[in-house]
Amino acid sequence: MLHLIMNDILGTPAILVGLFALIGLLLQKKGIADVVSGTLKTIMGFIILGAGATVLVGALDLFGQMFEHAFHIKGIIPNNEAIVALAQKTFGAETAMIMVFGMVVNIVLARFTKFKFIFLTGHHTMFMACMLAAVLSASGITGVALIVIGSIILGALMVFMPALLQPYTRQITGSDDVAIGHFGSFGYFVSGTIGKYFGNKEKSTEEIKVPKSLGFLRDSSVALALTMALMFIVVAGFTGSSFIEDKLSGGTNFIVFSLTQAITFAGGVFIVLAGVRMVIAEIVPAFKGIADKVVPNAKPALDCPIVFPFAPNAVIVGFLSSFIAGVISMFLLPIFGLAVIVPGLVPHFFTGAAAGVFGNATGGRRGAILGSLANGLIISFLPALLLPVLGSLGFNGTTFGDADFGIVGILLGNLLKLFM
Amino acid sequence: MKILVVCGNGLGSSFMMSLNVQKAMKELNIEGSCSHTDLASSKSEQADYYIGSPEIMDQLNDGKRKVISLINMFSLDEIKKALTTHILEG
Repeated sequence: MLHLIMNDILGTPAILVGLFALIGLLLQKKGIADVVSGTLKTIMGFIILGAGATVLVGALDLFGQMFEHAFHIKGIIPNNEAIVALAQKTFGAETAMIMVFGMVVNIVLARFTKFKFIFLTGHHTMFMACMLAAVLSASGITGVALIVIGSIILGALMVFMPALLQPYTRQITGSDDVAIGHFGSFGYFVSGTIGKYFGNKEKSTEEIKVPKSLGFLRDSSVALALTMALMFIVVAGFTGSSFIEDKLSGGTNFIVFSLTQAITFAGGVFIVLAGVRMVIAEIVPAFKGIADKVVPNAKPALDCPIVFPFAPNAVIVGFLSSFIAGVISMFLLPIFGLAVIVPGLVPHFFTGAAAGVFGNATGGRRGAILGSLANGLIISFLPALLLPVLGSLGFNGTTFGDADFGIVGILLGNLLKLFM
Repeated sequence: MKILVVCGNGLGSSFMMSLNVQKAMKELNIEGSCSHTDLASSKSEQADYYIGSPEIMDQLNDGKRKVISLINMFSLDEIKKALTTHILEG
């Protein structure tokens, strides 16, 4: 019986998250229909997540082979969804446990400290939980210790990252009612700080005319398919048709093959996103409901795009600067002996744009440009430096994209090396 | 009545907004359901109203869909005002 509970129920991540969703739904006193459908959908979401991983892993592997054949160095695609989906085979149960207990730690800290933030960006909670599980496990920590340490770190980050940004967030939104809960915070903080010291708040990005035609990049599946197609075809050009057609594609033309693989990768990420959406759909409202009851004056910490409408031009300026920094970094990384991080439109769009808005709020146009250039460097170098501390997960050709995953993982991994 | 909240990724912003839209619907006694999704999927999903930030709504607005743009996406007051003008009075 104990074996059944420990291994088959708690050890099957899909069942485990379903159980958490079930408890959440019961605590909210939902009707029987909602409880049944919510629990089933959460479990299904987790299974869809795994299915997405199966779709994208092949394309990822092929990209790695082509890149290595062409340049004799590793090329890494930073993509949170991809790496989290791949990690669920090994760390699924740990991720689910750290995620839920991290939320509990968040509520406790918000209740008893002056930081009243409730971190509601559920997918980032999940991604960070996964990253912590991987780093802790690579350092030799397992079982209960892994869950406890992971949950405390996650809960602390969920409160302190929004708190760190809040002085700048207030300048953007003009109120103290809402915070940013997104694990790209370190990049936004650096951008806001650079803007403060090197920028000029009087000259806002919002006075310049910026073409709106880049708006289609907000559609993340389009942006991802487009970047991957470009990257695959450029790399395929360097790899050469003979290697691809002889060894990889089974005779299919190398350009057509690259294009299909690129879109297959984007399709895989799209499936993973659908899964993640279903997993967090029941857990986040339960978390919010409990937090609202337990924490007086709770402030919601929300996903980064909520700042975009406050400075639409800074969004475009920030994205372009960040992406340029990403492209420059691609050539700098091998000089330092690091894996090449292929700049993605999606991470540079979302975090670059948010960094642009923060930089603009503290330092106008110059703040937006310099701040998001810094963000672009940060999200290129940190993911490369993160790879060694991820253990075997770091060998799949993908890594975590956003700044805080890098900072936290690198600090934690190297700190543990001193003790373990 | 079906309301669809849309954002670029269909994960964070639209999810948070949909929680507030549901709250607003309850307070305004609007019968119906509200779900959230990403921009690509929203183009093939039928709904009575689409809600999101102005840039996202610009891309969804083809003259046939009924779209509602929000500047301050987390403000319950703005959502209530928007639902009142577009749905209750519209």
